Amino acid sequence: MEAQEAMISVNNVDKFYGTFQALTDVSLTVQQGERVVICGPSGSGKSTLIRCFNGLEFHSSGSIRIDGIEVEEDSKDLRRLRQEVGMVFQQFNLFPHLTILENLTIGPMKVQKIGKSEAEARARKYLERVHIPEQADKYPGQLSGGQQQRVAIARSLCMETRIMLFDEPTSALDPEMINEVLDVMVELADTGITMVCVTHEMGFARKVADTMVFMESGKIVEVSPPEKFFTNPESERCRMFLNQILEH
Amino acid sequence: MRRILKKLHWMDAVILLVVVALGGYIATRIGAELNYNWRWDKIPNYLYRYKASEDAWVPNLLMQGLFATIRITIYSSILALILGVILGVARVSENLTIRMLARTYLEFLRNVPPVVIIFIFFFFLSEQLISALNMERWARGIARSENNEIWSFLFGDMRRFPALISGVIVLALFESAFVGEIIRAGIQSVPKGQREAARSIGMSRGQELRYIVLPQALKKVIPPLANQFITLVKDSSLVSLISVPDLTFKTIELVASTRMIFEGWFTAAAFYFVICFGLSMLFRRLER
Ligand SMILES: Nc1ncnc2c1ncn2[C@@H]1O[C@H](COP(=O)(O)OP(=O)(O)O)[C@@H](O)[C@H]1O
Ligand SMILES: [Mg+2]
Repeated sequence: MEAQEAMISVNNVDKFYGTFQALTDVSLTVQQGERVVICGPSGSGKSTLIRCFNGLEFHSSGSIRIDGIEVEEDSKDLRRLRQEVGMVFQQFNLFPHLTILENLTIGPMKVQKIGKSEAEARARKYLERVHIPEQADKYPGQLSGGQQQRVAIARSLCMETRIMLFDEPTSALDPEMINEVLDVMVELADTGITMVCVTHEMGFARKVADTMVFMESGKIVEVSPPEKFFTNPESERCRMFLNQILEH
Repeated sequence: MRRILKKLHWMDAVILLVVVALGGYIATRIGAELNYNWRWDKIPNYLYRYKASEDAWVPNLLMQGLFATIRITIYSSILALILGVILGVARVSENLTIRMLARTYLEFLRNVPPVVIIFIFFFFLSEQLISALNMERWARGIARSENNEIWSFLFGDMRRFPALISGVIVLALFESAFVGEIIRAGIQSVPKGQREAARSIGMSRGQELRYIVLPQALKKVIPPLANQFITLVKDSSLVSLISVPDLTFKTIELVASTRMIFEGWFTAAAFYFVICFGLSMLFRRLER
């Protein structure tokens, strides 16, 4: 594989749900180690876009390549692709019938086929990384929202993927828990992993983003570095959106 | 008991009295008008009878039937559970053909009377299967052999083994559709996010089902499955139509040969009631 190839390259992607067009001519390139933050009003297609990166949805036309793998429905590479891309959801989606430790080891054991003791060692390492090593034997329902989301991050980390996608990871959290999750994400950003993060946490975006993306009505309206994005965005729509969310 | 008695109003007492009086009236009418001769004292003999040649008490018609009913219920519920899980998974399959086949089977069972279904399954499936496997001869061989205690503990009289097995198959096929619907509902009750999380860590569809969806679905389906099991006990009387020697079939035999119509059917009803009511009490307790 060519060393120069982008980690994520999206070219002229359209996405339809039935007759409704959720994405229109979207193109985006993310380099290895780059940290991209996507924002935009609700319903603008942010989730749809990143869900197309790991085949939870499939684009209707155009092309998406992730680390050299073409994303296609019914592709044999789909599982290989998903092992390259981790995802953290707004609703955590931890497995409620498994303990925290089992939540973290099931992927490595069943998908990557590594041994139990190795998987547990890895799980404990990442629980340490998200600052909750003491919760390993509890069930998700016994944890607070912030703790659950950190476990979800650790679950993704356990797969040791090269790319992490976040879909509004703090939107379902009580305000006092947002920071503990964002702190973990900032630390994660420093490890050099490629991150694409849908969020409206602009403080976090300022701190970690290499690139800001603004979406509206299924289109990418603006792509710029944060210095420019926050002080002097090109599009009027983007400026209005920022004013709105930075007001409070 | 005290508390229940305290709650009884005089109106309730009147209602109870009327019901009892009505029952007594019907009973005496049966005795007088139909010239019916109550012979409850004969019933125990049809539960167990003394066999002089073996110097032992052996089960007679009613108990034979009861044991057959219990065996049929247990085996067909196991088979129905297996078939039902397959059917439930098929109902939510991504493959349209599989989904349609499962749906067709279910709609057939829902919209055709049980008796008709029982006959169709019997003649078109279990009869064919039994003759194709040459089960008849095999069972007779075991019945004649010396050490057949285990076999007869499991399946009763081995000479009637083919009948028992067709009863089990027919009943299991019949119930599988309803079990399948329960399983499907259980699978669909697992939030979509669970499947997405499983898929996003790279699980295959099979792994997703096995490790994530089914374990969560199974917890939710246990109460409705328990109810379905009780229904199956009652539905098992349908297999008497295809000459499976279950409790209902044996009661028909008893009534035909002794004319003890009321005693025979009341005893059969009591057996079914005790089993089903007992099970429902048990499940209710386990649920807590
Ligand atoms: N599965 C779906 N079926 C139909 N429409 C959908 C589906 N998912 C999302 N949409 C629509 O696509 C648009 C973009 O949704 P989404 O990507 O979730 O937006 P965002 O994440 O930016 O809020 C919305 O109008 C939404 O209603
Ligand atoms: Mg969204």
